Amino acid sequence: MDDLLSEFLTETNESLDVVDVELVKFEQEPNNDEILGNIFRLVHTVKGTCGFLGLPRLEALAHAAETLMGKYRDGMGVTNDGVTIILHSIDRIKEILAELEATEAEPSGVDSDLIDQLVVLSEGGTTTDVPAEAAAAEAPLEVAQPAKEVRPGEVSEEELERAFQEAEGPEDMVVAETPQVEEAAAVAPEPAPVAEAPKAEAKAAEAAPKKEGSVAAQSIRVNVDTLENLMTMVSELVLTRNQLMEMVRRLDDSEFKVPLQRLSNVTGELQGAVMETRMQPIGNAWQKLPRIIRDLSKDLNKKIDLEMVGADTELDRQVLDLIKDPLTHMVRNSADHGLETAEERLASGKSEKGRVTLRAYHEGGHIIIEIEDDGRGLNVERIKQKVASNGLATEAELEKLTEQQICRFIFHPGLSTAAEVTSVSGRGVGMDVVRTNIELIGGSIDLRTAAGKGSTFTIKIPLTLAIVSALIVESAGERFAIPQLAVVELVRAKADSEHRIEHINKTPVLRLRNHLLPLVFMDDLLQLERVVPEVGEQDPGAIVDGDAEEIEAANSNPTPVRRTSENEEAFIVVTHVGDQQFGIVVDSVFDTEEIVVKPAASILRDITMFSGNTILGDGSVIMIVDPNGIAQSIASELSEASDKAHSDAETANGNDGEMSLLVFRAGSGEPKAVPLSLVTRLEEFDVADLEHSNNQSLMQYRGKLMPIINVVESAALKTEGRQPVLVFTEDERSIGLAVDEIVDIVTDHLNVELTSDMPGMMGSAIVRGKATEVLDVGHYLTQVFEDWFRKEGPAGVPEAYGKKVLLVDDSSFFRAIVRPMLSMAGYEVTEVTSGADALALREKGEEFDVIISDIEMPGMTGFELAAAVKGENTWADIPMVALSAHGTAEDLNRGREAGFDDYVAKFDRDGLVQVVNEIVTCKGEAA
Amino acid sequence: MSSSGDSLGMEEKSSGKDDAFVRDGATSEYITVMIGDQLFGISVPMVQDVFMPESVTPVPMAMPEVAGVLNMRGRIVTAIDMRRRLDLPPRDDGKNGLAVGVEYRGESYGLVIDSVGEVLRVSDTSLERNPSNLDPRWRSISMGVQQLKDKLMVLIDVEKVLDFQGRSIAA
Repeated sequence: MDDLLSEFLTETNESLDVVDVELVKFEQEPNNDEILGNIFRLVHTVKGTCGFLGLPRLEALAHAAETLMGKYRDGMGVTNDGVTIILHSIDRIKEILAELEATEAEPSGVDSDLIDQLVVLSEGGTTTDVPAEAAAAEAPLEVAQPAKEVRPGEVSEEELERAFQEAEGPEDMVVAETPQVEEAAAVAPEPAPVAEAPKAEAKAAEAAPKKEGSVAAQSIRVNVDTLENLMTMVSELVLTRNQLMEMVRRLDDSEFKVPLQRLSNVTGELQGAVMETRMQPIGNAWQKLPRIIRDLSKDLNKKIDLEMVGADTELDRQVLDLIKDPLTHMVRNSADHGLETAEERLASGKSEKGRVTLRAYHEGGHIIIEIEDDGRGLNVERIKQKVASNGLATEAELEKLTEQQICRFIFHPGLSTAAEVTSVSGRGVGMDVVRTNIELIGGSIDLRTAAGKGSTFTIKIPLTLAIVSALIVESAGERFAIPQLAVVELVRAKADSEHRIEHINKTPVLRLRNHLLPLVFMDDLLQLERVVPEVGEQDPGAIVDGDAEEIEAANSNPTPVRRTSENEEAFIVVTHVGDQQFGIVVDSVFDTEEIVVKPAASILRDITMFSGNTILGDGSVIMIVDPNGIAQSIASELSEASDKAHSDAETANGNDGEMSLLVFRAGSGEPKAVPLSLVTRLEEFDVADLEHSNNQSLMQYRGKLMPIINVVESAALKTEGRQPVLVFTEDERSIGLAVDEIVDIVTDHLNVELTSDMPGMMGSAIVRGKATEVLDVGHYLTQVFEDWFRKEGPAGVPEAYGKKVLLVDDSSFFRAIVRPMLSMAGYEVTEVTSGADALALREKGEEFDVIISDIEMPGMTGFELAAAVKGENTWADIPMVALSAHGTAEDLNRGREAGFDDYVAKFDRDGLVQVVNEIVTCKGEAA
Repeated sequence: MSSSGDSLGMEEKSSGKDDAFVRDGATSEYITVMIGDQLFGISVPMVQDVFMPESVTPVPMAMPEVAGVLNMRGRIVTAIDMRRRLDLPPRDDGKNGLAVGVEYRGESYGLVIDSVGEVLRVSDTSLERNPSNLDPRWRSISMGVQQLKDKLMVLIDVEKVLDFQGRSIAA
């Protein structure tokens, strides 16, 4: 049966029962306004609902009764026969409802007998057929309603039920009921039910096997508190069962085993059943959305289709309530920000109608909800600007972030990307609230977006909040629970095994399937102090004091001896939060347990690392780790690694080709690398030859003084022996970077996997299977020569100075390499990450002297970009240079065809600058 | 006060002995506890039970006053180290303390103290305000001082003990 209908039936039946009682009271106290008001309201509600559900017969009857009562309320004298007629009307309504319940269609028929009388009465007359003295409930019935199915005024529901079952089919009823309209009835009953029948019948057929008796009798309303209570008690039962199981597990042969197994099963079933009472289809939270979308499409003048998939996916009532508002907000957002207007859509070659898709499905112990639109996607540039202007991150920091990470800024408070505040959205509150709400219930939210193709928001939430499956781990002698929802896998790390913990500048990482997984040590994270074995085991009472000492020690000693030593065995819990993936290093892992989440005491709630506590099977209390809290506490760049992991294809295309890298050591034991193309020479000096002036170390080199700085800036240079130096030269300036040891020159794919906050380091990459830091040369150059990038252009091409170059490359690494080269040559470089972004600049009216573009980029390739640039007047005259790793003749021709003026192989450092110089010079002459 | 297996039996003192304190109508009952060398009183209606805090799980990153959490017959109780709360040094006699179970805003707390004495009924009239030279930390959680025959009893205001607001959480 239709949910709406069954809801209506349950509710109306209840209302009518109340009306019955109230009416009788009213008859006794006709001047009691309160009772009358009450009845009026109930009947009014019934009328309204009937109208809404398309039940004309009920509506008409209820309306007539309401009118009469309205009159009474307005002061008309109350007569007994009036009340009687109203009672009859109520009875009739009940009959119709019973019919409705059985057939899911309003029975045909006419209630003019009652309605006429009601109308007469409300017009102030008296009904002739109802004698005034017939105040007794039964008497007037015979007169007013000679029809056989009429019941006395105060029938019980059971009687009605029985009566209905005994009654003949609807057609007979109709005939008997309204002999005066026989002709009409003979025709009417057929078409009327038929119109509604097909749908109803189909549904009825589905529901038929389990449907017995009436809905009203089958479903009862239970106070939510009662259910919550039940749930709490079942949770306790589960705990106690776990405790018993734990105890019996330790006994080899126990007579308790069998009954306990039984108890366990029953408890499990009970838990399931109780959970089920709280489960509701997610569609309940979606009910309002079609209307919202309809209104929006009108307000915004957009054509929008709302598609809802998986509305019957069930989840806990409590969770459902909590996500209702965030969901509504997000759908609004998608329709408002995400979708373009019809004209814009047509212009970009899409169908006129935008689509918002809402999808829900189960996955493991949680439910996934996706809100997808096929609109314009997030505007990364605008988010960047907003982020920078709101001071959430500096531009330098933004440079290092991937698009995905930048997009995630929309979940930060106070960031709205809507250019204008519309009535719908754009007020700068919203997505952060959405995220907060979702995280509150242990869920996570993430988004994917593609410029011009749309965005998808993914919400992952647990099915229920009360009982979760959790992994029990130990660190520094303490046990913690990590919700299974966040755990991806477990890795056992050992010093001499395949998986071992490596360090980059003291930052622990793990190589996992060729990607670097950032690690955090749980004991570090939670500031746990390892108990030195000699101290012996703490006795329970001493823990109280011992804990205090620990904290004191932790405060007084900045580097306490905690942390699992590298040689020891450790377990890494690979955890996934949003788009961040990281490993939590723990000492050992126990099993998975179903735990009942209990909120921690309010004085502990400020600790974001924990989401609550629980009692384990063995009776001890442990804290539940909140993966969201941990994720927040780890630096944001961690997610870079997982971003890359998700976009393997991109890296394969983006960082095309291999390049030569100079691998060296400096400072910590981790190897470092720099693209060989940037290095002019490798030199070795005798430290004794170093000169010092003005706090700088200098070396005479080719008749000039060359500053020497150490790669590890804080460290001093060697005091004796020979010092290897990497020399970087541009025109007549050189600097030397002092390193500890030059290791090798290797040719490898360079994928910068982790960006670094360390000055001078671009990030980390795997080079020849080893985690390696990649040097940011620009950092050192500007350190020595503050004006390095600002100096006048080289003598050969004065034209270069101040000329604007647009650099299009999706790889931040190559942009970082190419930019300094061009800057050194005197150009003003603007960088964008995709062809679409480049074209966006054109829209903005930006002008450039040269465009340098990568060929292989996700989304729009360099060829497509060239075609687009040359295809429209604004930029058609700007020379374009293609940049690619494969310099084949075929590529060259294709590039020329597409509109590139020249073609340079990537890493051809001198070549690129030369080509750009030539182009600029030619253009200068031509102009 | 619930009495159960691990609650310590406490005998209420026969009122004869302390009649001196019951002159006027208004009296209050207090459980006397020792923290360090000082006698404290906790209002009886506040107290749910007295128990041995066993298997206390420390809570990392919590305020130092939080001794940890423990399971008290299926309820999770947050144990507060009263010595820390009063800025007293940790116990050095190696003995285990006891905990006074209280409920505050629907949550269960255990105030870890050194030992429990008796239940006293004393007249409210003999209650003195906190002396002005009392350590502010003590003053902040004391309702006043009861003058007993041979010693002074500081009355603990449980709500204030558990009200950490306005205090640095990071401590």
